[in-house]
Amino acid sequence: MSAEPTVGRKIGDVILDVANVSLSFGGVRALNGVSFDVNEGEVRAIIGPNGAGKSSMLNCINGFYKPTEGMITFKGESHHQMETYESASQGIARTFQNIALFKGMTTLDNIMTGRNLQMKKNFLWQALYFGPALKEELENREVVEKVIDFLEIESIRKTVVGRLPYGLQKRVELARALAAEPDMLLLDEPMAGMNHEEKEDMCRYILDVNDEFGTTIVLIEHDMSVVMDISDRVVVLDYGEKIADGTPDEVRANQRVVDAYLGVQHD
Amino acid sequence: MTDNASSPQDLDTLPKLLDHNARVRGAKMAIREKDFGIWQSWTWSQMADHVRALACGLKDMGLNEGDKVVVCGDNRPNLYSAMTAIQAAGGIPVPVYQDSVAEEMQYIYEHAEARFAIVENQEQVDKVLEIKDNTPKLEQVIFGDPRGLRNYAQTFIQSYASVQERGRAFDQSNQSFYGDSVASKSGADTSIMLYTSGTTGRPKGVMLSYDNMIITGRNCSELEGLGDDDSILAYLPMAWIGDNIFSHAQSYVTGYCVNCPENSDTVLEDLREIGPSYFFAPPRIFENILTTVMIRMEDAAKIKQRMFHYFMDVAKRVGLDILDGKPVSFGDRLLYKIGDILVYAPLKNVLGLSNVSVAYTGGVAIGPDIFIFYRSLGLNLKQIYASTEAAVFITIQRNGEVNPETSGKPALGVELNIADDGEVLFRSPGVFQAYFKDDEATKETKTDDGWVHTGDAGFIDSDGDLRIIDRSKDVGKLNDQSMFAPNFIENKMKFFPHIREAVTFGDGKDYVAAFINIDIESVGNWAERQHLAYSGYTDLAGQDTVYDLIQDCIEQVNADLAADDNLKGSQIRRFLILHKELDADDGELTRTRKVRRNVVVERYDDLIEALYSDKSHCEIDAVVTFEDGRKDTIRADLQIRDAKTADTARAAAE
Repeated sequence: MSAEPTVGRKIGDVILDVANVSLSFGGVRALNGVSFDVNEGEVRAIIGPNGAGKSSMLNCINGFYKPTEGMITFKGESHHQMETYESASQGIARTFQNIALFKGMTTLDNIMTGRNLQMKKNFLWQALYFGPALKEELENREVVEKVIDFLEIESIRKTVVGRLPYGLQKRVELARALAAEPDMLLLDEPMAGMNHEEKEDMCRYILDVNDEFGTTIVLIEHDMSVVMDISDRVVVLDYGEKIADGTPDEVRANQRVVDAYLGVQHD
Repeated sequence: MTDNASSPQDLDTLPKLLDHNARVRGAKMAIREKDFGIWQSWTWSQMADHVRALACGLKDMGLNEGDKVVVCGDNRPNLYSAMTAIQAAGGIPVPVYQDSVAEEMQYIYEHAEARFAIVENQEQVDKVLEIKDNTPKLEQVIFGDPRGLRNYAQTFIQSYASVQERGRAFDQSNQSFYGDSVASKSGADTSIMLYTSGTTGRPKGVMLSYDNMIITGRNCSELEGLGDDDSILAYLPMAWIGDNIFSHAQSYVTGYCVNCPENSDTVLEDLREIGPSYFFAPPRIFENILTTVMIRMEDAAKIKQRMFHYFMDVAKRVGLDILDGKPVSFGDRLLYKIGDILVYAPLKNVLGLSNVSVAYTGGVAIGPDIFIFYRSLGLNLKQIYASTEAAVFITIQRNGEVNPETSGKPALGVELNIADDGEVLFRSPGVFQAYFKDDEATKETKTDDGWVHTGDAGFIDSDGDLRIIDRSKDVGKLNDQSMFAPNFIENKMKFFPHIREAVTFGDGKDYVAAFINIDIESVGNWAERQHLAYSGYTDLAGQDTVYDLIQDCIEQVNADLAADDNLKGSQIRRFLILHKELDADDGELTRTRKVRRNVVVERYDDLIEALYSDKSHCEIDAVVTFEDGRKDTIRADLQIRDAKTADTARAAAE
């Protein structure tokens, strides 16, 4: 389409640096000395065949798994291991491969939970829903409404999430992550199981989030064509090791990547 | 411009009316929009400032007298003010259907010679960019919602806010411009250009004057007693004449508040929140609401169901007479009152129709059952007969004289005439000026003394009400010389909730045959109850039991037709259910969802041939266009069924 933006986005310095990270589950090495970096404001993809260690990598970044070796530096602070709440309070939000929403709650309530860290009043105040707690709730609701508007899910605001189709649930999950106003967003297969049109919508939202809020995005995706279209740089993992890193064009031309995807015999 | 708050009669343009409203009811709500979950309001004086800034901005960007400006997007306060701002700056707004695909838009941009476009958001900007190279006259694009557009570097793309900012600066140094420009226009000038949806051929640009819009708007407000405390929900396309009268001109004339829904999916919810007092909906929407009510009732507890059906029977029996102010026995009145407390009022409340004092429907015929359902609840729903060339109103049903079969009496100031061949002609203050750049079509439609050919066949009944039979150019003859009125038969079929669309053939043939589109929601719900598995429209439409269901409906229509001497020849002998829904994106429907008969005939000629053979099925490849413009083919093997007509039924019985 001739509608391509002609001015580049602002890509800043390194915001996340992953250095030599390894992760083992007993005898299984899920990750083996993986290093890469993510610049502020870019869309960075991690791809690889099934079992390549993509989700494990994401889980290490947000502290869900503790790497056995290596260092993860986020916004200049280095950690060998990090707790999930630490990563959340530092501005990392994520979505999950298998949707992890509260199925019995409405879209609005689900997204409100994304504001949990910003709610400072204790539960007694919140239960009373009065005075400062009410004010706080209203302020947070405003942020949530902006997210709802942004992702165009107004019509399902009051719908219980469990009744929504899969594609919309994915969008609600993205909304909840966005509600935390993160600096970096980790998306675990945001387009898995979607049809062509839903994928297109999701791509548009991811690019818009990146463009509008300058949020750094790290995403895992199976669908090569989607990744190549929307990311600035791509890391390719295979059997827990990094086999390529670069722009989509470089990665596409890399023989090891082609082999990994076409299933050439490993030595 | 008048200085004092004079009677609105002297105010003959919309910008003048806006200034008037800002003076006499400046603090009253003019327009509301639901955004971020809250209804955001603009008062009349805020609106006037908003419009003034944009008008000056447009002038500063080089808008000249008489320039056409395309307006495209969902119903947004921004876009409504843009229409007035364009007029105030001397231009002519050309609203375009927001769901048009790029090619359709290109035709209008080219034909209207638009220099500017004011559009809602990125989606619309992208469409304009797609056709920009082929529309050399287009110079500037202004967008409302900046989302996603930050990095568009094209210099001809501006934000609405930046144009207004520019306008405010311009206004500082040219303080007399706005007032002079507004005063220079009068009632006879062209106020707006609307493209007809065009069931045949290319869309035509209908030019309407300020008088057309304002006088018809005022006449209707007078007839219905509308005032500035009324409110309306603006949810129908801005490119449609109705929305321009109901949500724009009439609001300016009477000063009532216009409410814009959050987006097109939230309309029913927003309707409930606003509870408008003045409401228009095409029959399709009333049908959908009724279907939802009935589906939900089936899921209700037994006792509730019984209560609902009991009181609906009461309403059917006496509700219409009570609404029309006819005598009804005390016992029935009491029963109706109880029904109102238990059923009718809560139901109307749930639907957002509690406050409605006038509701209109029109465009196509509404099923008598549906129409009576709403009226019996005490909702003052009335039919109108309308056209773009008339600035909406030709006839309106009068309070107390509502006959479901007619379109009512001529609206104030409208004269009706029936030509020798049965075509309905009208003359009114709303009669359009001309078709843009198409004198030939103008001459064909409008006579020198102002009578307009509607193209519809109809007659005036003994009560003075207009009855429309059919589009006169569609009316044909079967080979046995009996009359064939396709729309009439199709409407009869569409009154069944299972049938969404029907196209009949018969002109120059031996018998009538039909294409059917099932209503996926209604038939889908039915299928669920029958424990019938299906994967999608095509699958459901091809199932034998669904064919049985539709055949039942058609045979009922046949029985109805057989009772009429003129129409008994038009009973449907053979039919098939189409494998896909007719769609505006495929060019099969107009943007206002009317069937383009010639396109259907051309595209499905194999199927039509099969209907007039003795085949029991027919294979077809059809090209479908997706929303993003990609094309694909669907292959299907369609069943063709024979339906019983009254003759065959009798023969079988004997």
